[in-house]
Amino acid sequence: MFDFFKFFSKDDNTSKDIARERLKLVLVHDRANISPRFLEMVKGDIIKVISDYMEIDEKGFDIRLSRIEQEDNNYTSALVANIPIKKMKNIGKNKG
Amino acid sequence: MGEVIVITSGKGGVGKTTTTANIGTALALEGKKVVLLDADIGLRNLDVVLGLENRIVYDMVDAIEGVCRLKQALIRDKRFEGLYLMPAAQTRDKNAVTPDQMQKLCEELKDQFDYVLIDCPAGIEQGFKNAIAGADRAVVVTVPEVSAVRDADRIIGLLSANDLHSPQLIINRLRADMVKRGDMMDINDTIDILGIDLLGVVPDDEKIIVSSNRGEPAVTESSSLAGKAYRNIAKRIMGEDVPLLSLNEENTLMDRLRRFFSGKSNSSSI
Ligand SMILES: Nc1ncnc2c1ncn2[C@@H]1O[C@H](COP(=O)(O)OP(=O)(O)O)[C@@H](O)[C@H]1O
Ligand SMILES: [Mg+2]
Repeated sequence: MFDFFKFFSKDDNTSKDIARERLKLVLVHDRANISPRFLEMVKGDIIKVISDYMEIDEKGFDIRLSRIEQEDNNYTSALVANIPIKKMKNIGKNKG
Repeated sequence: MGEVIVITSGKGGVGKTTTTANIGTALALEGKKVVLLDADIGLRNLDVVLGLENRIVYDMVDAIEGVCRLKQALIRDKRFEGLYLMPAAQTRDKNAVTPDQMQKLCEELKDQFDYVLIDCPAGIEQGFKNAIAGADRAVVVTVPEVSAVRDADRIIGLLSANDLHSPQLIINRLRADMVKRGDMMDINDTIDILGIDLLGVVPDDEKIIVSSNRGEPAVTESSSLAGKAYRNIAKRIMGEDVPLLSLNEENTLMDRLRRFFSGKSNSSSI
């Protein structure tokens, strides 16, 4: 239904909306920090999956939560991983 | 066998002490036997909020260290049948007590009372660990602001790491007028973000300050909206199903018009 009053108020970015969005973002990081094991678990699983396809440098494997700016100037959370590859595996042979 | 409930928040100044005093008094008015345990060692406060500051002889640390008997550190509130305070030590530091000692103290108090409410100090250090050590359940107090909700989230994580898995939330100092104009997070925003069950909502109410000036909890004041909210919370703690109370006592013509045009119902309730 057409909101008569909303039309006249600049309701789009109220301070409570800003508060809510900032909180959501900051909590993604806080919550991940509560268990430092979380990223280690994710890292372990990623290694397991991609080891079938390529040989990677586990020491140089870097994974972290980050904030990425979008086109609309808002920020979103992202899981960023940097995985150095040593060499590709022959997939056909590997799947045997 | 009674129940030990810790009132905690992470951030200071959000209303833990006020909440402990008011829920405790309301439970006593419901006929329960209640002890309020001030775990804020070095920053004793609950005694003045309750107006019992002149009656303290022994404190919690005295009882734990065997300087006095447990009973001697319990101050009976003469105004409310069944209400007792165990004050914090004022001249000691947080490390005067260990979590094991607190747990033992709670066990003993549980035998004698229906409810043991623990007023937790701010922070996540030793004082917090002591306060939660003997608790069966936890109540998290927050105000609808970014920093307080963030701290509440951290506390919820720490409670869970200490096997207190289903804490309940009290949103304190809600202002219906600010919610209405979009300048304060509402009840749903806050519980969505924190993801725990709501125990109650307490409006921002100047009667709380008047009551603490006098040393008489607001639950005794029938005209106080915050007092009413705390009475409802006490009933919910006892297991009663009390619906949230409408926060908007006076509905302006403008409000009614706005609701008519937007087809929305009024969502500010406690
Ligand atoms: N619902 C409320 N309305 C108005 N003032 C409040 C309310 N709750 C708490 N206050 C005030 O806020 C201040 C901090 O409250 P307090 O209970 O001491 O917080 P904490 O124990 O968490 O540090 C006190 O001055 C108290 O009177
Ligand atoms: Mg306090």
